[in-house]
Amino acid sequence: MTSYPVLTTLIFVPLIAAFLLLVLPMQQQTVRRFTLWTGFIEIALSIPLLNHFNLSDGGFQFVEHMPWVPQWGLSYSLGLDGISLLMVLLSVLLLPLTVLCSWTYIGKRIKEFHFCLLLMTSACVGVFVAMDLVLFYVFWEAMLIPMYLLIAVWGGPEKKYASIKFFLYTLAGSTLLLAAIVALYYQGGTFSIPDLLTQHFPENFQIWVFLAMAIAFAIKVPMFPFHTWLPAAHVQAPSAGSVILASVLLKMGTYGFLRFCLPMCPDASQFFAPAMIAISVVSIIYGGLVALGQNDIKRIIAYSSVAHMGFVTLGIFLFNQQGAEGAVMVMLNHGIVTGALFMMVGVIYERSHSRELLENMGLGKYMPAFMGFFGLFALSSFGFPGLNSFVGEALVLIAAFAESTKIGLVVIPGALLAAAYMLRMGIKMAWGRPASPQGKGWADLNVREWAYLLPMAVLVIYIGLAPGLTLKVIGPSVDRMLQLYKSKTEHTAQVERNTTLRPDVLALAETQPTGKGE
Amino acid sequence: MVTFVHSPALLIPLAVTFAAPMVIWLLRRDQNMREGVSFAAAAMSFVAMVSFAPGVLSGKIYTFTLFTILPGMTVKFCADGLALIFGLIATFLWFLVTAYNIGYMRSLNEHAQTRYYFCFATAIFGAVGVATAANIFTLYLFYEIISVFTYPLVAHHEDEEAFSGARKYFVYLMGTSKLFLLPAMILTYVLCGTLDFRLGDLVTGIFPADANPTLVTLTYVLYVAGLAKAAIMPLHNWLPSAMVAPTPVSALLHAVAVVKAGVFSLSRIILSGFGVETMDRLFLGIPTAYLAAFTIVAASIIALTKDDIKARLAYSTVSQLSYVIIGVAMLTPVAVQGGLMHIAHHAFSKITLFMGAGSIYVATHIKKISLMNGLGRRMPWTFGAFAVASLSMIGVPPVCGFVSKWYMAQGAVAIHHYILLCALLASTLLNAGYFGPIIFRAFFREPAPEAAIEQYDEAPLVMVAPLCITAAMSVFLGLYPETFLNFINTFKGF
Repeated sequence: MTSYPVLTTLIFVPLIAAFLLLVLPMQQQTVRRFTLWTGFIEIALSIPLLNHFNLSDGGFQFVEHMPWVPQWGLSYSLGLDGISLLMVLLSVLLLPLTVLCSWTYIGKRIKEFHFCLLLMTSACVGVFVAMDLVLFYVFWEAMLIPMYLLIAVWGGPEKKYASIKFFLYTLAGSTLLLAAIVALYYQGGTFSIPDLLTQHFPENFQIWVFLAMAIAFAIKVPMFPFHTWLPAAHVQAPSAGSVILASVLLKMGTYGFLRFCLPMCPDASQFFAPAMIAISVVSIIYGGLVALGQNDIKRIIAYSSVAHMGFVTLGIFLFNQQGAEGAVMVMLNHGIVTGALFMMVGVIYERSHSRELLENMGLGKYMPAFMGFFGLFALSSFGFPGLNSFVGEALVLIAAFAESTKIGLVVIPGALLAAAYMLRMGIKMAWGRPASPQGKGWADLNVREWAYLLPMAVLVIYIGLAPGLTLKVIGPSVDRMLQLYKSKTEHTAQVERNTTLRPDVLALAETQPTGKGE
Repeated sequence: MVTFVHSPALLIPLAVTFAAPMVIWLLRRDQNMREGVSFAAAAMSFVAMVSFAPGVLSGKIYTFTLFTILPGMTVKFCADGLALIFGLIATFLWFLVTAYNIGYMRSLNEHAQTRYYFCFATAIFGAVGVATAANIFTLYLFYEIISVFTYPLVAHHEDEEAFSGARKYFVYLMGTSKLFLLPAMILTYVLCGTLDFRLGDLVTGIFPADANPTLVTLTYVLYVAGLAKAAIMPLHNWLPSAMVAPTPVSALLHAVAVVKAGVFSLSRIILSGFGVETMDRLFLGIPTAYLAAFTIVAASIIALTKDDIKARLAYSTVSQLSYVIIGVAMLTPVAVQGGLMHIAHHAFSKITLFMGAGSIYVATHIKKISLMNGLGRRMPWTFGAFAVASLSMIGVPPVCGFVSKWYMAQGAVAIHHYILLCALLASTLLNAGYFGPIIFRAFFREPAPEAAIEQYDEAPLVMVAPLCITAAMSVFLGLYPETFLNFINTFKGF
């Protein structure tokens, strides 16, 4: 273990930096450099997580605990396991990259923009490491405001509509989540997540809590039919906003499913699993079909997110090790790939000032390096073997086929659709003839753009070819969540068997003496 | 007795073909250097493949695991008899086609040559990877690499026809691989817990004997449908459309790398994945053979109707590819030998034919067979080689096509399926029917006076030399079929 509270540092460094940014008078370029360096420092500070993380331990590590409001049972407790470690690392990695990709993209209110970015990082890290439900909820809500601002202030022409829609949807989910948290407190007597994980609630209670939480998380994921805020938000958000939204925010929903729904409401999860699997499959196919019909590049990627997140929820609700591991892998990989794709859309938007596919055709000749990166990310996105997304998708598919061949076969068209819309977009951008000849002579990627795309590309290939370490990080934690789920559902099944058996036993006891008597 | 040798040297041909495209791109400013790289890489990878031959022939199997994705799902390579057949022809013919490429691309002054050579070399990387794949995942990975990097080659001309042909090509190959091959692979993993081939043994396969027969059959059907590069009907239509590519691409990729990757993968999965035992137990071989027989006859009949020489060759390829499948699917030793030999024998002959078609186009800009009257007198070497290769397609001794057909006919008799035998013989007649007229027109018909064939001359030497070499090789292989037969005979015991 480390000598200082790593997680607290990770949360508060960006927060302090954000307030320094507001207070200190700085030039525009200084603001950018300052945020960039905060990002680098944040990455440096997260290195102890890598060094000291115990791979064989599926429980919470780096635990910090402090009473907060003791009379209400609130505590400031943090900790992380394999699932949250990856999400934290992803959030931290994205900070400097988003600063770099907004370097010239954002031209107004620079200071406030970077203030929001720093706040987002702080809240994202907080959500994944909070070990107290109220603390979790605080971070969950805290994220909402800067994201709303990112869309509403620096967004595209329809930013008002998009940001309000995003806000309303998420807020509606949040209130349900709050209700669930309060209910859990009254039933379980604590806000502490580790304590709640070990409790086994009555089935009826579980069903209501599950429903409340599932809707909150399903909105965040987003699952069909709660997805409509996503394309609007993505299209209007600046590229840094889209990156954070796709890479981290969506993962909070699936993280919630895995962390809260499965272990805390196991019987309800089991009860609702067929419905959740059906919705996931619908999300995969629907997302793919709609993505195929879009002409706005950002919309294509946004709908592809709906499809990909369908794989995550599908993996989670198959309740087996491979499915859940695959789900976490897809979460991580989708974060990397979709984040990178949104950054690339930002790159062309800066050049062509359009996100229409028709306006951005035939780039291959003028921007070979751009197309190279774009091709790599697009291939990875539809699960090209040897690249990162394939690993997670394959695991989920293996789990699906192992569960039932039918589920597997139903999902396969989703994989086909992914290839179809990504290749349609990629090929048009690389090869098509531009509708207007304005594309001629666009500059290829500059050093700054290389700098933020290269780390993503390295991750894509590294995780694709050597996912062993990542899987080792995920494995024990996923196993622990599933064990919690399994032991509780088995217990319920045992109890049910006993209650149904009892009448037989009684009947037998009654008949036996008479049999003897005759 | 088979011995397994762990050998990092297996990475050499892969590393060479992987590095070649990068170097080509780096040297894009200097035309001669760029094309020199292709020669050097082809020679090096061929030598590297040959260096495994003595060991393999003495019963060794080289393996090397590079990456582990999941337990049982690795990037693993092997060199055994089967791998060497495909690896050797792909690298050897790459060398010859590079010479031919230079003649073709420079004579026609084609655009985007760096991209062309880059993708060409990457496709060979894919082919070498498919050849040396030791499990289904590696096979799938390289199979997909071939699909992606041949798209720019097919769409090379960047006109309406090229784009629509390339789109069809991509939709067929990517669509089937996502829709059928991917679930087949996942099902295999679920059923077997591993994707590694059973090397050194064509009988057992990897499927456990107690696996659900319905699922195993489903998996098999998905594989047959998923490997659309094998162009079995009804999934053959991409091949004629892909003929919009420049002729050297058609030559190497559509006679060797792409289509052979398809039939090779299918043979590999049938023999090393399912194994003869499982195939026999579930009666999967004979239906496949009949499907292939249908493809052979139907494609030959369609070929008869084509006047465009490349279209005729394309349908001939569809038909000949199914020879490999029919041989392997008959599951008797002699037929399997014939089928696997045909991978190599057809490659040498068909590449001659395609290169011949390309030379004719470069020298005369003629594509239609009906306009080729008398051309043989002006281009004796090209048409001479073309004639030799045609004889191979028809199956006339001593050219190599005869040997493989002979083995397969024996196999058909051995398993008493005379309909398959009839299909093989009918196809011989049909082959004579669609290749004969080309030769006859070229050498014996009087040229039309307005054609003014006197203006034409033989194509450049760099183009004619490779196609004469491959024609000579076809004859050589007919006289010494042991060349590739010995590799197949390293598998004993069924």
